[in-house]
Amino acid sequence: MDTLKYQSQAVAKPYFFFAMILFVGQILFGLIMGLQYVVGDFLGGIIPFNVARMVHTNLLIVWLLFGFMGAAYYLVPEEAETELYSPKLAIILFWIFAAAGVLTILGYLLVPYSTLADITLNHLWPTMGREFLEQPTITKIGIVVVCLGFLFNLGMTILKGRKTAINMVMMTGLIGLAVFFLFAFYNPTNLALDKYFWWFVVHLWVEGVWELIMGAILAYVLIKVTGVDREVIEKWLYVIIAMALISGILGTGHHFYWLMTPEYWQWVGSIFSALEPLPFFAMVLYAFNMVNRRRREHPNKAATLWALGTAVMAFLGAGVWGFLHTLSFVNYYTHGSQITAAHGHMAFYGAYAMIVMTIISYAMPKLRGIGEANCNKAQVVEMWGFWLMTVAMVFITLFLTGAGILQVWLQRLPESGEALSFMATQDKLEIFYWLREIAGVFFLIGLISYLTSFFITDKKAQA
Amino acid sequence: MSESFTKGMARNIYYGGSVFFFLIFLALTFHTVKEMPKRDNRHNITEAVERGKHLWEKNNCIGCHSLIGEGAYFAPELMNVYDRRGGGSEEGFKAFMNGWMNAQPLNIPGRRQMPNFHLNDQEIDDLAEFLKWTSELDANNWPPNIEG
Repeated sequence: MDTLKYQSQAVAKPYFFFAMILFVGQILFGLIMGLQYVVGDFLGGIIPFNVARMVHTNLLIVWLLFGFMGAAYYLVPEEAETELYSPKLAIILFWIFAAAGVLTILGYLLVPYSTLADITLNHLWPTMGREFLEQPTITKIGIVVVCLGFLFNLGMTILKGRKTAINMVMMTGLIGLAVFFLFAFYNPTNLALDKYFWWFVVHLWVEGVWELIMGAILAYVLIKVTGVDREVIEKWLYVIIAMALISGILGTGHHFYWLMTPEYWQWVGSIFSALEPLPFFAMVLYAFNMVNRRRREHPNKAATLWALGTAVMAFLGAGVWGFLHTLSFVNYYTHGSQITAAHGHMAFYGAYAMIVMTIISYAMPKLRGIGEANCNKAQVVEMWGFWLMTVAMVFITLFLTGAGILQVWLQRLPESGEALSFMATQDKLEIFYWLREIAGVFFLIGLISYLTSFFITDKKAQA
Repeated sequence: MSESFTKGMARNIYYGGSVFFFLIFLALTFHTVKEMPKRDNRHNITEAVERGKHLWEKNNCIGCHSLIGEGAYFAPELMNVYDRRGGGSEEGFKAFMNGWMNAQPLNIPGRRQMPNFHLNDQEIDDLAEFLKWTSELDANNWPPNIEG
């Protein structure tokens, strides 16, 4: 059945498909690390914790990028009301990116990291060995090439077609993503500068331009599933991303408290990052408002659930859990504790993993030629996946928060001499880590349920 | 949202607001970078410190440890390890580093395991110099205590 408005939207399918494969890998390595937190020597000689963590976080980043790219290839042609400029380029770039990603992950797993640095000639332009930017320099260059080709392809599509607010916001977000990634190539010897500009990639991605991408995808899906007037939705979109950037840009200051920076960042960072929950709160109001004012009953209930869920979970994870430790006098004690880990997990899941699953949920039935929506049975199983993963993530976050509070209490608040050492504190947190691991297993069950839904087809309808 | 507040107004707030605050951010960044030499101790960056930083990166130390609170939370903070393990002296710290790096993996059943990175004496010394330099950074009085 031909269910796509523009045939070239089909290039999104391999991107979504591959994103899901990487997602599975991310969760498996997460479970390995979770176990290493309590059984310290688990797989010690084979997969050291630092390797597992690198794989876990890098897989996350890469599958989200695949998801964003798939989302862009899917929605930009439809918004622009024209075919994609070059579907062929999109497929070529898919294979380049996939190959680079797989080779990099294999490199992490098969040789010691220092050997990987040697064989990829890191000494010529050292960029490796910094959190989240562990990729060999050659991989980073590959990412830039793929991004340039991708932006060119989308840019040419938008130029020849309709320039909707959603397309412009999506495009601005993606260009910002590419531009700020360039700071990954700046690695001065002076750690003070290194760390300061490292945040230009990390913070200005996840608390800056990625929010534009999220906003654009959410707006697109809401228009489709609710049938609410585009003018209304786009107005909300602008308000939300305006709040996101106005709070988020200077909110970067909350990472500068404990660097070699002037004291005013304590004020600037605290005030502006305290405002960062507002756009997420607005997103919740807006998503529910639009769904309540819907003018059609879209058969894809699962996609609507994801759209509402991502707004709520992004608000909780990025907004509330971010605010918990963002004020500088709180952050002084919580910086780099399990509180940070708790926030990181729910924020990434709520804002970014879920928005990618929202667009996948909406687009996949069309990409696969099934129609507007999957059969009811498949949707029920998908929604089981939604609830299991989301509730599991709530528990993971709560257990890590418990661990973090106790850690701060034992290790950070007392004076030197009375404070417990890091390792002694970790022993006291064991129960929380076990519970987190159990919640992680439930997350995996949710993920399996979610993926199973793709294989459920309505036999009666086909017959 | 009220009808009198139009999409065009929302768009203008978005573009105007983002550009305005981004320019402030750039200005503050410019000022911060200018102020940094007062706190970052850059005149003490020797060639050994530089080699030490490369070793720190090349062995992905940040994958388990944190440094000034950033990194992984699996193993101790190392910004102040010089003070914590060195007992206030360079010889003390270097002796500790040498013993510690060569003793890995400790192979204590159930304990978190640090790999052996097979560094030679010169490399361990460079790494120690990097950590010593890091301990002398002024990160606005962080960490709160010696345990990091």
